[in-house]
Amino acid sequence: MNPYAALLISVALCGVVATLMLVMSWLLGPKRPTEVKLQIFETGNPPIGSLRGHRFPVKFYLVAILFVVFDIEVVFMYPWAVAYRGLGWFGLAEMAVFVGILAVGLAYVWRVGALDWD
Amino acid sequence: MDVIIVVAKALVALVICLQVTVLLLWVERKGSALIQDRVGANRANLFGGLLPFNLGIVNTFIADPVKLFHKEDIVPAEADQFLHWLAPWLAVFPLFLTFAVIPFGDVLVLGGREINLQAVELGGGLLFVLAMVSLGVYGVIVGGWASNSRYALLGGVRGSAQMVSYEVGMGLALVSVALTYGTLDLQTINREQGALMWGFLPAWGVFYQPIAFVLFFIAGMAESKRAPFDLPEAESELVAGFQTEYSGSKMSMFMMADFIEVAIVAALVTTLFFGGWQIPYLQRDGFHFPGGFGFAVPSLAVTVLQIVSFLVKLFVFCWFQILIRWSLPRLRYDQLMSLGWKRLLPVALANVVVTAVLVLALEGWTT
Repeated sequence: MNPYAALLISVALCGVVATLMLVMSWLLGPKRPTEVKLQIFETGNPPIGSLRGHRFPVKFYLVAILFVVFDIEVVFMYPWAVAYRGLGWFGLAEMAVFVGILAVGLAYVWRVGALDWD
Repeated sequence: MDVIIVVAKALVALVICLQVTVLLLWVERKGSALIQDRVGANRANLFGGLLPFNLGIVNTFIADPVKLFHKEDIVPAEADQFLHWLAPWLAVFPLFLTFAVIPFGDVLVLGGREINLQAVELGGGLLFVLAMVSLGVYGVIVGGWASNSRYALLGGVRGSAQMVSYEVGMGLALVSVALTYGTLDLQTINREQGALMWGFLPAWGVFYQPIAFVLFFIAGMAESKRAPFDLPEAESELVAGFQTEYSGSKMSMFMMADFIEVAIVAALVTTLFFGGWQIPYLQRDGFHFPGGFGFAVPSLAVTVLQIVSFLVKLFVFCWFQILIRWSLPRLRYDQLMSLGWKRLLPVALANVVVTAVLVLALEGWTT
């Protein structure tokens, strides 16, 4: 049997179980909403203002960008790792160049201080 | 017939996932009590508390789930309704699916048919696992953002930055494993670990890739967002982080996602580094000890032994993670980030290079 058909069966099964769990307390639990209950939790104080449009440190965006850069390189390495024995020394040299560029990038990011968190 | 087998295997994989999770919940509660020298869950009991001991089984397996499912499901008025509903599903669903590609035994010979004990026989199983584990980040960030609460947003953003950072190290650590075995198929990797090194040492991945094992274990623990890496939900600063605004079964789903990730890390460590279902010297037809002696074991018994071996190893590594969780204090955020980017990443890169050179030097002279 095609493994992807088997995967589809697993997807359906897991999806149904996860959905059942999701709606469980909506189905079984009480429904007595009050105004205070529906407020967001703010250590017992009435919440002030809304969060939409608030700003937070740009550091997190930087981490996300770095992740995209490095993780894509990692994904490139998987097909290489599988085909490696057929590629021989040529494969090693090619990947040495690739990893070299990656390492220079990492060194630069490190030097610039993008990895420091303060 | 094929379809029945596939559905049965998918069910078994899901049941293993759910059962391990539920069992872990109990081990976690009683185990932490053991570590902290207290009694732990002991409220509910059978026979009205007439038994002289209470293992907390009724408590964690029946009383707590029933209680959680009967809680009121609260969605804050200011929250994004659809995303608030979607987040717990997103957190749990890909993790359920991960167990489908993890082999839990070799083959089951039933009526002349050889059934491969892996729910979905994907050639790129390792990539699939990585993909599914990284989808877990959506549950955290969507849950944190949709709640529209300050604590939840902080927890969600922290959590996504943390998971994303450690994913790089995790992926790189596994590249060297893929290099060693030359395949991404988890069942093939598992079978190759049945060989012997120098005639007596089982050829488990940990002997080939000890550094990758340590790197992967650390990164995996960080991915599961539990102490010492539990900054996304750090209860002393952020209440409960991204799950602050969740109640009832949705909250239990987030909690479950954490436990499933513990189980996944343990299952992957077992499969990739500790021989998975392999038992040293046990072949399909029986034991073959070094030195030439051995005895035959019926095929069905071999299968059962292998499944038991897989589950035992799984629990050993789950317990190891729980031990670490209750022994180490939480990291500071800058320490967390520098561990991920400045320690794990360069070491993992170096490990890949060294592995590549060694593979060629030891096997590849001819090409």
